[in-house]
Amino acid sequence: MATTEVFPASEPARWLYLDRIRTRPGPFTDPEIFSGQAVAEAMEAMKVLVIGAGGLGCELLKNLALSGFKDIHVIDMDTIDISNLNRQFLFRQADVGHSKAEVAARFVEKRVKGVKITPHNCRIQDFDEDFYMQFQLVVCGLDSIEARRWINATLVNMVDEEVPDSYKPLIDGGTEGFKGQARVIFPTVTSCIECQLDMHAPRAAVPLCTLASIPRQPEHCIEWAHVIAWDQDKPFPELDKDDPEHITWLFQRALERAKEFNIPGVTYSLTQGVVKNIIPAIAATNSVIAAACCNEAVKIASNCAPFLGLPEENYMMYSGNDSVYTYTFKHEKKDDCPVCGQLARDLTVDPSWTLGELVESFAARPEAQLKKPSLRAEGKTLYMQSPASLEEKTRPNLDKKLVDLGLEEGQEIGVTDPAFATVVFKFKLKFTKQ
Amino acid sequence: MTEIIMSQTPPILHRPSEKERKYDRQLRLWAASGQAALESANILLVNSGAGTVGAETLKNLVLPGIGRFAIYDETQVSEADLGVNFFLDEASLGKSRSKSLTELILELNPDVQGTWYPNEELKTLDSLLAASPVFTIILYTHPISPEQLASLEAYGQKHKTPLVAIHSAGFYSYFQVNLRGAFPIVDTHPDETATTDLRLLGPWPELVSFADELTKDIDGLDNFEHGHLPYVVILLHYLKEWKVAHDGKYPATFKEKTELRKIVQAAARTNNPEGGEENFEEAAAAVVKTVVVPSLPSGLKEVFEYEHTDPVEQRSGFWLIADAVKQFYEKHQCLPLPGKLPDMKAESKVYIQLQSIYKAKARKDAAEVLQIAQAAPGGDLIDPAEVDLFCKNAAFVKLINATSGAATAVKISKADRLKSAADREFAADETAALSLSPFSLLPIYLALQATAHVGESSASSFDADSILASIAAQVPGAEKQERVIQAAQEVARAQGGELHNVAALMGGIVAQETIKIVTKQYIPADNTCVYDGIGGRVQVLRL
Repeated sequence: MATTEVFPASEPARWLYLDRIRTRPGPFTDPEIFSGQAVAEAMEAMKVLVIGAGGLGCELLKNLALSGFKDIHVIDMDTIDISNLNRQFLFRQADVGHSKAEVAARFVEKRVKGVKITPHNCRIQDFDEDFYMQFQLVVCGLDSIEARRWINATLVNMVDEEVPDSYKPLIDGGTEGFKGQARVIFPTVTSCIECQLDMHAPRAAVPLCTLASIPRQPEHCIEWAHVIAWDQDKPFPELDKDDPEHITWLFQRALERAKEFNIPGVTYSLTQGVVKNIIPAIAATNSVIAAACCNEAVKIASNCAPFLGLPEENYMMYSGNDSVYTYTFKHEKKDDCPVCGQLARDLTVDPSWTLGELVESFAARPEAQLKKPSLRAEGKTLYMQSPASLEEKTRPNLDKKLVDLGLEEGQEIGVTDPAFATVVFKFKLKFTKQ
Repeated sequence: MTEIIMSQTPPILHRPSEKERKYDRQLRLWAASGQAALESANILLVNSGAGTVGAETLKNLVLPGIGRFAIYDETQVSEADLGVNFFLDEASLGKSRSKSLTELILELNPDVQGTWYPNEELKTLDSLLAASPVFTIILYTHPISPEQLASLEAYGQKHKTPLVAIHSAGFYSYFQVNLRGAFPIVDTHPDETATTDLRLLGPWPELVSFADELTKDIDGLDNFEHGHLPYVVILLHYLKEWKVAHDGKYPATFKEKTELRKIVQAAARTNNPEGGEENFEEAAAAVVKTVVVPSLPSGLKEVFEYEHTDPVEQRSGFWLIADAVKQFYEKHQCLPLPGKLPDMKAESKVYIQLQSIYKAKARKDAAEVLQIAQAAPGGDLIDPAEVDLFCKNAAFVKLINATSGAATAVKISKADRLKSAADREFAADETAALSLSPFSLLPIYLALQATAHVGESSASSFDADSILASIAAQVPGAEKQERVIQAAQEVARAQGGELHNVAALMGGIVAQETIKIVTKQYIPADNTCVYDGIGGRVQVLRL
């Protein structure tokens, strides 16, 4: 086995370790799809897109640059904050305030000779399908579910059965504290991010009446300051969660509230954590998850070993809290996935609800998670968030009961949300028994 | 009104310092105490082979701010290094690898100090070990010479320094930690949901009278009061009624608890505008989980039953407190109350009162434990804060590597342990397909460690046959297993070379483990963790 020939591309001495693996078959390599001679050159010609230049993104760029990819693009709209420096290792104190994508790209280009990294200091939504079509692989290191859903829907929409190049494998990583996950998606072929949405259920919101009249936890006091007091007092024109002055204002109001009700535990740090929904993050976990993602990228690009995604396992869960644990499994594609499935998804509703209650419920439903839904039923518009004129016209419907709007058990409704412009989420109403 | 409040609070309300801002995302995990432990850590990395996994591990420790590190690496930087190691650049070619690595890794965090060896003064590993202040933990990468390994083992033995061996080649990698004796952890960070301990079947007088007062005229309460009874109070009320109806016995079986749940559900008022009561729903949902007889968790049982061999260890704060908690448990047949009350629907005032009843009882229990601990020889030095932490986490205290230091431990050689692990793992593989469980990763460990002392220069030792021969010498028969043969072939394919991603992944895991060991928070793996970069998973083995 060890005597099999190595097929380097450029700089054979430098890429010796990588070439031994990617250009020679191992015991698990599928000879049907593996061509050792072609691998190194093919990988050098590939274009890979990295989404996010944060904790995972910095790792992804380093890993891909040291995996034989030469043409990498990176998108991130954020600027560097001091709280990034404990893990986003391509940034230094002097970089605070600069574009993450630009600083990260410059650093890796300088460190790893021969790699071209093109930064895009903007939102993923600023690009159209033509832009995404140029890549052979997309690797995501994002903290927002919404951005993941957007790129997922975009890549699924781009699939054209007649055009093999239109299938862009999507590799996605995420971390929280000592835990994380890495998954591989072959759009329209395997379970997609939308199929897996219920794996990332939103945190249950505290009822407004608890905030308003019966707070018990420090978080309730902070949310009160954030949701109620801020709106009443409007101390600044718009809340900037990164402005310490704004956070201090919220903290003080939360503290007053806590004092009034004898609730211990309101601190500046907790205020910041609740208001910004801060997820703890460390370098070590990002290292694990980003490396797991890029390891799959190398295998997919070279076929030198079986990869996650096809045909079986496509999802690796990782936890370092208690010992070290992974669970690698196959997440099944869903026929009723609003993005890649054909069927409408069941939506359990109470028929005595008003349309307004239904509209509001979309944000918290694990299977929907839509913050600004507009609803249509066959042949009629139920509620539209925009334009303003249509919103005004459909607003009276919000107070009407579902049954009074003529909605029936089993009826299909279409839901759109500005965050996912290309997707119509199809739902089938299922009434709860009275 | 505003003026009064403003005058009571300092003008700048604990805005975070520069350092707190930089480390904010990790302080939320291990708090200031964990950070202080990291900042006083002194870590040695003995680096060799392709050298990336060690560098990646160190990167993940320097970023969160360990105190200092030293790298011992005898290699000069080669072309191949630049294709796999991010902390070397063109300017490093031909230079000392430890020097270049140290310089580029130090750029990551100005708070951290680092030095490199061999240098002009200290030319060998032995001289470095003899001359340095004691290391908190030592990481070393394979391949390593048997002589250097022996030096590290001896050092670890003498100073009780944990050693972590790391090996990464191609798609495969593992680490193995030697913790030097039993390693107790109090601050294990269990899942929030697992920590609820309400003592509904053993309420103390203050709790009983509080609940009685609120429920003495439960049917006469107006809808608002009734709908805001905390679920703890609701359950205590119906448990009391249950006892009266059942000869003074509490519901014990699942069936009885289901019955209780129905009683609670039926007691909810439905003739109100909401058509139900959220607090009664919470109460019903909590029955099965919270109506439980306190029992001794297995982790703590192991602590209670541990027999010491080392008298110095026995007099440490942890063991004195553990012994006091044991006495407390024997006397009361329950652990000290953790004192945390989950959130539940209730009026603010009532909830805060109930919360303080739980807190007061927790304080009382902790005070009793402290008193017992202080009465023991050496107990006068016990830190009350350590007692509080122990009492809060008692149910989740964990002893890692318990058997190694215990008096009752049968001393089995490492070689025999490996053989019996192989028997166990291969037997499990026979049924793996049936039980839908994944195959053992032990073959990967066997194949990698067959090359644990083989340098890049001796290429012939990397052929699959040599690897299998070496495995056969350790675990006779294993060399015939198909999965072992495949693992040997895969290791041969790499010829000691690293893949950056596999090294980075293992570097992340080892850094997590190092943080857990240094901060004594969360639970370290015991004792070997193997990664398969082809299947995309890990397995922890006790070898």
